[in-house]
Amino acid sequence: MADRKLRIMVAKPGLDGHDRGARVLARCFRDAGFEVIYTGCHQTPEQIAASAVQEDVDVVGLSCLSGAHRYLFPRVVELLKEADADDITVIGGGVIPDHDFQMLYDAGIKAVFTPGSTLDSIVQWINDNIKIQ
Amino acid sequence: MRKEVSKEKAKKIRKGDIRTATRLIRNIENNVPGAKSTIKHLFPFTGKAHVIGLTGAPGAGKSTLIDAFISQYREKDKKIGALLVDPTSPFTGGAILGDRVRLQRHAEDPEVFVRSLATRGALGGLSKAAGDAIHVMDAMGKDVVLVETVGTGQQEVEIMNHVHTVIVVLVPGMGDEVQAIKAGILEVADVFVINKADRNGTGKLYRELMHMLDMADSFPGGWRPPIIQVGDLFEKEGFGESIEKVLESVQGHYDNLVEKELLGDRIRRKAVVELNEALQSSILAPILETLIADGEMDKMVDKLLKKESDPYTCAEDVAKKYLKKP
Repeated sequence: MADRKLRIMVAKPGLDGHDRGARVLARCFRDAGFEVIYTGCHQTPEQIAASAVQEDVDVVGLSCLSGAHRYLFPRVVELLKEADADDITVIGGGVIPDHDFQMLYDAGIKAVFTPGSTLDSIVQWINDNIKIQ
Repeated sequence: MRKEVSKEKAKKIRKGDIRTATRLIRNIENNVPGAKSTIKHLFPFTGKAHVIGLTGAPGAGKSTLIDAFISQYREKDKKIGALLVDPTSPFTGGAILGDRVRLQRHAEDPEVFVRSLATRGALGGLSKAAGDAIHVMDAMGKDVVLVETVGTGQQEVEIMNHVHTVIVVLVPGMGDEVQAIKAGILEVADVFVINKADRNGTGKLYRELMHMLDMADSFPGGWRPPIIQVGDLFEKEGFGESIEKVLESVQGHYDNLVEKELLGDRIRRKAVVELNEALQSSILAPILETLIADGEMDKMVDKLLKKESDPYTCAEDVAKKYLKKP
């Protein structure tokens, strides 16, 4: 009997060492029954995309509190596409102004979660939108 | 049709295609039908890599050592595969696979393939898929495959069945260091590393290990496991030198296996374990599935509770029903 598990990578791109939120999310995903690959802070988009491919994740969750999300998030999507891995869903969160949402959606970020999002709502979104491979 | 697909996948993997390889590993973890048939096509091309296992307590520094090993191997242009195992929650089935954090400087190196595995309930310190995942990396043409167990205690010795060389990583200051863990994990070591050897208690741990080894009557192939101290990671020169020493010992161990014609024994040991697992999954697992699906299992358990039968009689009845005598 096949026993499929959702694999998700939690990564922090760029010059941003504040990973409390990312670790809370990693823990919450673990409790939701996901296999969570945690990469730590200060990751380049290149490192994140390469790791996501190697780990065969269904979702990459990016956390960014530095304000550089307008560059970093779309870059990860681009690199995954270059690696022929655009079936991996990219979502993001952090301190992201409302007026940047559309720009991120247009760049291929499938969902954006900001402070105030409940953990349950994030897990719910993943369960509703991700088909486990 | 499926056969052709499997063949095609195996070909891609042998050319080093990471996406196909990592998906195959996943399908094996997930027990997806068809995954095994790709392994069948890869199996003839395995056996070339030197497979090295690292085991030791949580936080002993296994991932950090692997990171340092990879750096040195890459200087010699060796192609690397690394499998990192972390525990699955017994309550939710989820897992946090965090070993990768230490290895991220190699993430972009196309010749380094790092894959994290969750134990999914396996108790030996590895995951059930680990054996096949090693085959996959081996068939990809990796020169060295590094396997990191979960943080181990005393008796998670499964690693010895899957690798050529076992490194046991110890740190000073873990209580009555050796006494507590004398049988079990220490016995499977081919190389000991005392990590964080700049800390108090290193001399004591070293002496105790030496005493333990002194008490052995003999060593297979005459290989007495060396004990190598690895100190402060931030003292780059000294750290680099000790890592070099560890890798020299690892190579020395492998050469000794070859020279004393013991490598075959290790490979045979792995083959026996794998055959056992394959028999379990092809013979026992389908019977169990049928019993559960038919409700037979519940009926038998009910009988046991009412003392109308016992486990042995039930098992014999099942055997009579499902196993044909030749």
